[in-house]
Amino acid sequence: MSGQVPEISLDAAVQPVEITPTRAGSQTGAPVRRRRRSKYRPVWEEEPTRLGASGKAVILTCVVLVVVFPLYTVLLTSVSTTAETTRAGGLVTVPGELTLNAYTQILSGGVVTRAVLVSVGITAVGTLLSIVVSVLAAYGLSRPGSFGHRPILFIFLITMFFGAGLIPTYLLVSSLGLIDSYWALILPGAVSAFNVLILRNFFMGIEPAVIDAARLDGAGDWRILAKIVMPMSRAAVAVVALFYGVGYWNAFFNAILYINDNAKWPLQLILRSYVLQGVNLGGGTGSVDVVHGAVTGLPLQMAVMVLAVVPILLVYPFVQRHFTKGVIFGAVKG
Amino acid sequence: MTLPSFVGRRRAPDPLHGGAAREAAPAVPVGKISWRTRAKADRSLLIMVLPAVTLLVVFAYVAMLGNVIAWENYSPYTGFLHSPFVAWANFARVFSNPLFLDAVRNTLSITAFQLVFFFPIPIVLALLLNSVMSPHIRTVIQSVVYLPHFFSWVLVVTLFQQMLGGAGLVSQTLRHNGYAGFDLMTNPHAFLVLITMQSVWKDAGWGIIIFLAALGTVSPELYEAAAVDGANRWRRIWHITLPALRPVILLLLILRLGDSLTVGFEQLILQRGAVGPGVSEVIDTYVYYQGVVNGDWGYSAAAGLVKGVVSLALVLGANKVAHLFGEAGVYQKA
Repeated sequence: MSGQVPEISLDAAVQPVEITPTRAGSQTGAPVRRRRRSKYRPVWEEEPTRLGASGKAVILTCVVLVVVFPLYTVLLTSVSTTAETTRAGGLVTVPGELTLNAYTQILSGGVVTRAVLVSVGITAVGTLLSIVVSVLAAYGLSRPGSFGHRPILFIFLITMFFGAGLIPTYLLVSSLGLIDSYWALILPGAVSAFNVLILRNFFMGIEPAVIDAARLDGAGDWRILAKIVMPMSRAAVAVVALFYGVGYWNAFFNAILYINDNAKWPLQLILRSYVLQGVNLGGGTGSVDVVHGAVTGLPLQMAVMVLAVVPILLVYPFVQRHFTKGVIFGAVKG
Repeated sequence: MTLPSFVGRRRAPDPLHGGAAREAAPAVPVGKISWRTRAKADRSLLIMVLPAVTLLVVFAYVAMLGNVIAWENYSPYTGFLHSPFVAWANFARVFSNPLFLDAVRNTLSITAFQLVFFFPIPIVLALLLNSVMSPHIRTVIQSVVYLPHFFSWVLVVTLFQQMLGGAGLVSQTLRHNGYAGFDLMTNPHAFLVLITMQSVWKDAGWGIIIFLAALGTVSPELYEAAAVDGANRWRRIWHITLPALRPVILLLLILRLGDSLTVGFEQLILQRGAVGPGVSEVIDTYVYYQGVVNGDWGYSAAAGLVKGVVSLALVLGANKVAHLFGEAGVYQKA
């Protein structure tokens, strides 16, 4: 106690007064244990019943487990040895002998490595193109009363209600000579009217006085977009970029349609053929060198699955916090 | 899919953009500004919109024109212009083809099944999550349940195969303990259940985002007042929370109905081989197989066009219904 300043907790001052602080009630000597009241619970709200609270906890834990557990087993199996999967009779749930062989094997050149590069390339180029084009369009449509913005807006809107359909789109892409071209995986879906509208709405929410002030100071629309609107809209742009990026990364059907050459397959198609449909990754085309691999079969397949998720897991935490900031809902409610 | 309600909304005229000029009879004569002048003034905005509009015109509108082949006996060799015109023959074939009608039936039964067993889950989850007091726990759970939304269908289906397939984890564990295993992935009778489970796993978490946003707008004072008046937890949910969600629930329900003919295309096409077309063929997959796989272009384009037009009518009708219920709907008339 020597010379220590007694700590005053700010929390304590704010905290709701316990309604039943009568610990004196326990006159028998043994103090009655009370459950700690959550500091987030408003004063007026009753404590949940023990059954209710534990029921809720169980349900929510199950929900989280249902999402996390499959990912965990897949990840664990991908870093397990083949011996371990044989012992488990399939997927590994309890960590045993670990190895990164599956990854070194599929990433040391061959089908999977190439597919990863293809997917990364398409996602990077596609996302960049989409976000630039969409931000420009969104800003171009966000100035109230600008010339022709209403008919142009309709051009975007109509595409949300009526798509061209699969067959005409396919025939168009093929008559443009884009079959077996990576551009076929990028251009047809490069602009999503919905994403443009999300951005446009966000831009329109920016205080007009700020923009007018910049305009009076002599800034043109390009400068306003670059120096004022963009810095103020990082969250919305990040979310929309995530939407686009995830779309490019996850797409597999457009590759089925437009890419006949196996060597140009993106990762999702590899995942479908070698894992879902169980074509043997190790054999056949000799694309994956099995000679130096102590790992075959399941761990390899699971490693491909992990590769398909990793980019999403890498980007997700940075963007996820913006979801709750009402970026999406703000747009939705107009 | 919801969009902002700007169609027909009047905005305050923006004098900086000659907005006043379009007002029918301005009280103060502004003088008629020619469209040339206004286009010139908004030159940079128009340039910004150009790339997106170009992409949409090519890949949505030009593609839309490709639907003319629905009235042709189209062959890629003779092309759009020289293929023989067959009037409504393709459409007649569509409506008299039992396979197409099967696909329609499958589509509608999947929609109906998911409306009952998928639709309510995000609402319940949102209520549960909303009752979690600690913001940290809530954020963690939210981040976890949103995550699968960003996984590809290939990955989700593969994960299900690894968990519930014949060689999956559950079967493996059952067999290990002396029970018979099962294969949910190839059982046509359980297909509806399977795809609904997949949809729930992937998208139910994401579905709560809109409900949480709606819940966030409810004033805490309402709850407090109700609690002070003696309303218990359940009564507060019934009388405050659910009415607050009503517009969103109704809107999403109507939208889903309007979108009845669209069910997870990628999800189904991935599993069509495993369970057979009998239960998994929906309109979209039917169009793909008839057109791209079988080369019956005109016929499949007709089937796709029928779906597109009916969908458009349904969406517009759904929106009308939303207005009748006094909700904002997807778009509004001024």
